[in-house]
Amino acid sequence: MNSDPNPIWTLAWTFGLMSLFAVGGANAAIPEMHRVAVEVHHWMTDKQFADVFAISQMSPGPNVLIVTLIGYSVAGVAGALVATLAMCGPTAIVAYYVSRLLARSTQSRWPAIIQAALVPLSIGLMGASGLILAVTSNRTWAAALVTVATAALAFATRLNPFWMLLAGGCLGFAGVI
Amino acid sequence: MPPDSQPAALPAPELPPLSAPTPPGLLELFVAFARMSLAGFGGVLVWARRSIVDQHRWMTADEFNETFALCHFLPGPNIVNLSVVFGSRFRGIPGGIAAFAGLVGPPVVIVTILAALYARYGEIDALRRILAGVSSVAVGLLVAVVLRMMMPLIRKRDLVGLLILAAVFIAIGLLRLPLPAVLLVAIPLSIAITLVMRRRVAA
Repeated sequence: MNSDPNPIWTLAWTFGLMSLFAVGGANAAIPEMHRVAVEVHHWMTDKQFADVFAISQMSPGPNVLIVTLIGYSVAGVAGALVATLAMCGPTAIVAYYVSRLLARSTQSRWPAIIQAALVPLSIGLMGASGLILAVTSNRTWAAALVTVATAALAFATRLNPFWMLLAGGCLGFAGVI
Repeated sequence: MPPDSQPAALPAPELPPLSAPTPPGLLELFVAFARMSLAGFGGVLVWARRSIVDQHRWMTADEFNETFALCHFLPGPNIVNLSVVFGSRFRGIPGGIAAFAGLVGPPVVIVTILAALYARYGEIDALRRILAGVSSVAVGLLVAVVLRMMMPLIRKRDLVGLLILAAVFIAIGLLRLPLPAVLLVAIPLSIAITLVMRRRVAA
């Protein structure tokens, strides 16, 4: 991959740290994943990153499993497991302790205030994810048009996303995108 | 009655069992979370609600919303947090691990297989084209989620919230600044502004 002597360790601390900063969930952390995987460590190209995002959206399970794919491309099965555990572990431990703490003192108004303060932050982060993925995924005007059309359709209707992904795959296969 | 439900003689969990008539056992937690995870294309939350609230009645809708709100404001993947908080509420740490393993274990196996296939066949032209089409759609879906989440802020004419949103979007999306640095500035600032605004409303 590159000159990193111990990529497993780099995966562990990179995603372990990112886990604690992933306000707004996995999709909000995508700009940071892209920055780390493509720009800082050169683990993958822009094109591969867009592919990995597509595969993670097509697969069952939580969206966070994009890190499993990044980990695999860096260091095979071991990399996949380490990246997944690093991204889920630290935050899971924090969640466990905070939920026990809050179960004892539910009168505090702090959770509500922090939550209200974090909502615009996490939407901004997810918006940045959308922008970065749109730039890396869409190399043609037709592709950009598909993204805009999907966004409009998914915003206005309750159509199952699976059918839209399938339609995208067909359009791609037909060579339209 | 599930075969591994809790006999009365076992010590009660630390927190009072919520709405559940029978608190789930470890295997039951693992299986329930594995099933909702494998059903969940493009997000597990809908399935989690269906399974926990409607199907098993382990929580009421309100309890579920409260638990999810907590997991949403904590960092990290929300649904992973939910599995740990939910599992540990009924069965302590082993319960949290069982729910987490169910949620993440089976899909990780699937995704790892897909990763291996991609590593070997990713350069095949037909597959490249299909993936390009899928990713264009997937990005559109993400944009739609963002738009939906923005609607309450726009309806409330929450100018401050929209400004914070725009600032984070520019810092991360356009300037490509590192996430920790941006959050270390943005989180305290946003909390301070929220506090000031609430005081003003209360006054």
